[in-house]
Amino acid sequence: MADAVKIATRESYGKALVELGAVDDKLIVLDADLASATKTGGFKKAYPDRFFNTGIAESNMMCIAGGLSTMGYTVFASTFAMFAAGRAFEQVRNTIGYPHLNVNIGATHAGISVGEDGASHQCCEDIALMRVIPGMTIINPADATEARQAVFAAAKFEGPVYLRFGRLAVPVIFGDDYKFEIGKGVKLCDGKDVTIIATGLMVNEALIACEQLKNEGISASVINMATIKPIDRDIIINAAAETGAIVTAEEHSVIGGLGGAVSEVVCETDPVPVLRVGVEDTFGRSGPAAELLHLFGLDAKNIVEKAKKAIAMK
Amino acid sequence: MDAATKKQLKITACKVRMGIIESVFNAKSGHPGGSLSAADFMTYLYFNKMNIKPDDPAWEDRDRFVLSKGHISPCLYSVLANRGFFPVEELKTFRHIDSRLQGHPSMRYTPGVDMSSGSLGQGISTAVGMALGAKIGGKKLRVYTVLGDGEIEEGQVWEAAMYASAKGLDNLTAVIDNNNLQIDGTISEVNSPYPIAEKFKAFGWNTVEICAHSFDEIEAAFSEAEGFKGKPTAIIAKSTKGKGVSFMEDQVSWHGKAPNAEEYERAMSELKAALAELEG
Repeated sequence: MADAVKIATRESYGKALVELGAVDDKLIVLDADLASATKTGGFKKAYPDRFFNTGIAESNMMCIAGGLSTMGYTVFASTFAMFAAGRAFEQVRNTIGYPHLNVNIGATHAGISVGEDGASHQCCEDIALMRVIPGMTIINPADATEARQAVFAAAKFEGPVYLRFGRLAVPVIFGDDYKFEIGKGVKLCDGKDVTIIATGLMVNEALIACEQLKNEGISASVINMATIKPIDRDIIINAAAETGAIVTAEEHSVIGGLGGAVSEVVCETDPVPVLRVGVEDTFGRSGPAAELLHLFGLDAKNIVEKAKKAIAMK
Repeated sequence: MDAATKKQLKITACKVRMGIIESVFNAKSGHPGGSLSAADFMTYLYFNKMNIKPDDPAWEDRDRFVLSKGHISPCLYSVLANRGFFPVEELKTFRHIDSRLQGHPSMRYTPGVDMSSGSLGQGISTAVGMALGAKIGGKKLRVYTVLGDGEIEEGQVWEAAMYASAKGLDNLTAVIDNNNLQIDGTISEVNSPYPIAEKFKAFGWNTVEICAHSFDEIEAAFSEAEGFKGKPTAIIAKSTKGKGVSFMEDQVSWHGKAPNAEEYERAMSELKAALAELEG
């Protein structure tokens, strides 16, 4: 796994848009002056007539996306997660969510792994913000393979979709035989002592943690939960029943994200211990992404510790 | 505009105003003042200007309308009902628990509503999206949006205005209902929206200033907007809040409250008298 090819999910997003543009002439891409960073620049180059830089005005862009979608277009609107879910929250809520329009929000630079830009740009609240909008679908792909499939799935999907991508190059963990489906978690390892439910770049860390636990005689299941809303309730309920302890792992606040979603399902069904790995209700800071991930406990080491603790709580 | 057309428009606008009063009275809430100030140009748009099919509200090539000042939904609903999108009688269900007529417009509930709105400043952006979509698709249709003069205090309005002119969206017309009043006072007391036309000009728009209650001026303004190439047009329509109901005229207190039974009777009798005079 150490030798795995690394690709940022935003790169995969940009390439998928170009692929989609070739088969869907109703596909329109909007960006708020960040095309080189969000990677929509490839689409801009390939289909300049169907790409619009709406300028540094994210609120306006989200509503333009809503208006365009009513004219029969498949719209992707891109900016950093901080501005897509943060600045434009109310526009997304009222003008995309409430009328349930076919707008796909391609939010890049999510989470702490933005790195050197620091806390102002490290959005660890976006999943929580998007989760409370009725009818919103939220997808947080684990790697480049899943990101590409998620973009294709979102383009075909009826209703608003929030796609969460990262800036950092992360290991490609899935081959071409991997099948992503909106609303379905995927079990990557089968264990009996504890289940690690991870999303985004934490899926790779969960797999590393699983190996480490195995070396210590602990058998862990690993579930990749790319779709955070609607959450795959069945796979969570089964995991709770099969292993009796759960650890969630996400590059997001421990409040309101995957950990929150899993806890809600578990609490309301057959409760077992759920411990959350994520950003502990604090702002990020500047630094290299890899170092920040360790500093904030977003790594296999923390997952292993939490897994042992969860098992002890059974 | 010929005399017969003008007379018919005045009659229709009077019926639209009656629908507004019916709606707000039966809801015991809503926004009569701004609904009444916009009633004349809204009537003109839906009865003499826009290319629409009441029996086919989703017709692909129709002109589009976005009520950016979504709180004057009683005006939009009354115009739609009088135009035949749904029964006028239904206006009495406005804001009721089982009604298709939500407090603010919802495209998922009401036939003829092209876009949900209500949160100020967002409607004009969606209209920009529609106008852009029409241009990309080579469609001749036009997009209309109506904003409040208080609404333009929202920064997003100027994001939208800037982008609409950057893209040369001459298929877009925005009407600013300039009744000079917002909830807490005159728009100048609260903030500094004036001068409105100069602001839109500075953002690259063609502008026309009219009396919002003159059908001749309304017609001339929309004709100019349609013929003007290369820029979107802003029509600054100088209006009287509460227009048509004497005790509501130019009174900020009627921004967002419903008449009681006695006030309702007075308002309706005034409008009925005006209608009888027009029809007589």
